[in-house]
Amino acid sequence: MTVSPSPLGRLRWTLADGMTLVGRELGRLRQAPGQIIGLLVFPAVMVLLFGYVFGSAIRVPGGDYREYLMPGLFAMVTFTAPQGVMVRMAGDASRGVMDRFRSMPTARLAVPFGQTGSDVLAGLLLVAIMAGAGLLVGWQPHRGLALTVQAFLLIVVLRYALSWAGVYLGLLTKDEQTANNLAPLFLPVTMISSAFVPTGGMPGWLRFLADWNPVSALTAALRDLFGNPGGSAGSTAWPIEHPVAAVLLWSAVLLVVFVPLSVRTYRRWGR
Amino acid sequence: MTDPIVVAEGLHKSFGTTQALRGLDLSVPKGTVCGVLGPNGAGKTTAVRILATLSDPDAGHARVAGYDVVREAGRVREKIGLAGQYAAVDEVLTGRSNLRMFGRLYHLSRHEAHRRADELLERFGLMEAADRQVAGYSGGMRRRLDLITCLILRPEVLFLDEPTTGLDPRSRGEIWESIRELVADGTTVLLTTQYLDEADHLADDIAVIDHGRVIATGPPEELKATIGDRLDVTLADPAALGSAVTVLSSLAGTEPTTADSVRLSVPLPGSGFRLAEIVRELDRAGVAAADVSLRRPTLDEVFLRLTGPSDQKEHVR
Repeated sequence: MTVSPSPLGRLRWTLADGMTLVGRELGRLRQAPGQIIGLLVFPAVMVLLFGYVFGSAIRVPGGDYREYLMPGLFAMVTFTAPQGVMVRMAGDASRGVMDRFRSMPTARLAVPFGQTGSDVLAGLLLVAIMAGAGLLVGWQPHRGLALTVQAFLLIVVLRYALSWAGVYLGLLTKDEQTANNLAPLFLPVTMISSAFVPTGGMPGWLRFLADWNPVSALTAALRDLFGNPGGSAGSTAWPIEHPVAAVLLWSAVLLVVFVPLSVRTYRRWGR
Repeated sequence: MTDPIVVAEGLHKSFGTTQALRGLDLSVPKGTVCGVLGPNGAGKTTAVRILATLSDPDAGHARVAGYDVVREAGRVREKIGLAGQYAAVDEVLTGRSNLRMFGRLYHLSRHEAHRRADELLERFGLMEAADRQVAGYSGGMRRRLDLITCLILRPEVLFLDEPTTGLDPRSRGEIWESIRELVADGTTVLLTTQYLDEADHLADDIAVIDHGRVIATGPPEELKATIGDRLDVTLADPAALGSAVTVLSSLAGTEPTTADSVRLSVPLPGSGFRLAEIVRELDRAGVAAADVSLRRPTLDEVFLRLTGPSDQKEHVR
């Protein structure tokens, strides 16, 4: 439809425009110092809250609850990623900003790529702070640098895939208020999992849900890669037995489903 | 007469069972302001969205700046600016960073985007507020920022969808001023509005839309002439109301409307009436008038006549 010089030129502009929109999100952060503080403090508070409040009462096989908890917290913040993207997409849609982008010679895909790209940057920052807080309360990776890096890469991959679900949901809700109201619904999804407590004590049906919840797969993968207690050992559910493969598979499925859906919805927006 | 820079032919668009456009034709000569008037739901916004490549017509076609809005949408986007009914800018960012971001998205170099942002802020009086968050701007300032965002690439055609809706009269005046300046630079403007005085002030030509079709086009003065002059009479004595109604009815061919017991108003067919004649007729019937005036109809009256529920709709041209 768009008469562009070449596929290569188009790709170049998609990347350049995507970077401009990543810059936009960074600029927004700079304008809202409160948000930065929230972004920085939130992960640290989570570590302290869960680590000491739950940690005082919960006993897990393999010892220290905070060692057990950290991978679960990493998984939780990863799965709440789509809500931010969803709210921002819906905000642009309801305020006419999306129409402006679409009436400009800006690359069609730059908007979703910019949103998901900037979300990955935000995610890296979040995870770094959380890891720092974790180290302070006694958590640590035990299996060397290579596996630790792999663990963080796994977080980034899944977060990126999830943010595309956020793009689609934002385009679907079209309205910032609705998106804001839907956002808290992501939390329960993270709770029905092995992120905070072992699934062994759950009733059968709930345990089934929890074992197949991708949050559990990521949690188990991180526990294995960091050498923290409560990983894949002893589970008979496939995603928990092969957590790294399960996370990669989940990411692939999310991307295969939501990238085309989002791109199609964005292209056909308001037509 | 220059070639039209915006041409729409037979545009149709439906949303579900609602027909928003049913064969809309429009032609805007280069360098002019075309005011599109119509009641709510007449199809104004739908027409603008199609011309600005945001929406595809179900049937018919349109060309803007020489390019087809569907097949050559990318080319069209390089030539146009669009300001919708909202101030479509990032409210968290400052005015300056908004302009810089949109400049980059228009594919200007970083340097050029910065330069152009400053130039526009300076020219349209937003320099003082340049580094403040848009969320803190007044309604008028937001709209002005929205408007100048469209100007980054010096568009050939500017689409303004109700650019002053919800603004106070002073801000509206400022937006009008900005639009006039643009036209002086040679930009063609297509503007939709619900304010008839806005169209009267700004537009060279007016297209009245109703039920998805253009029902009248022409310069404001020409449109006013088509519905004839209007006669207003104020009586010295309410007792003469009955005879006054009789005289005016026979003159105009239609019943006059009465605002109260002494003021009557009636549209005259055509503009061949002379005031002296009318006064003489009233005199003969023994009606003492405190005031008799013959005036051009306002655009509001033209609009109401054209789009009103009566079946007296006239097709001009």
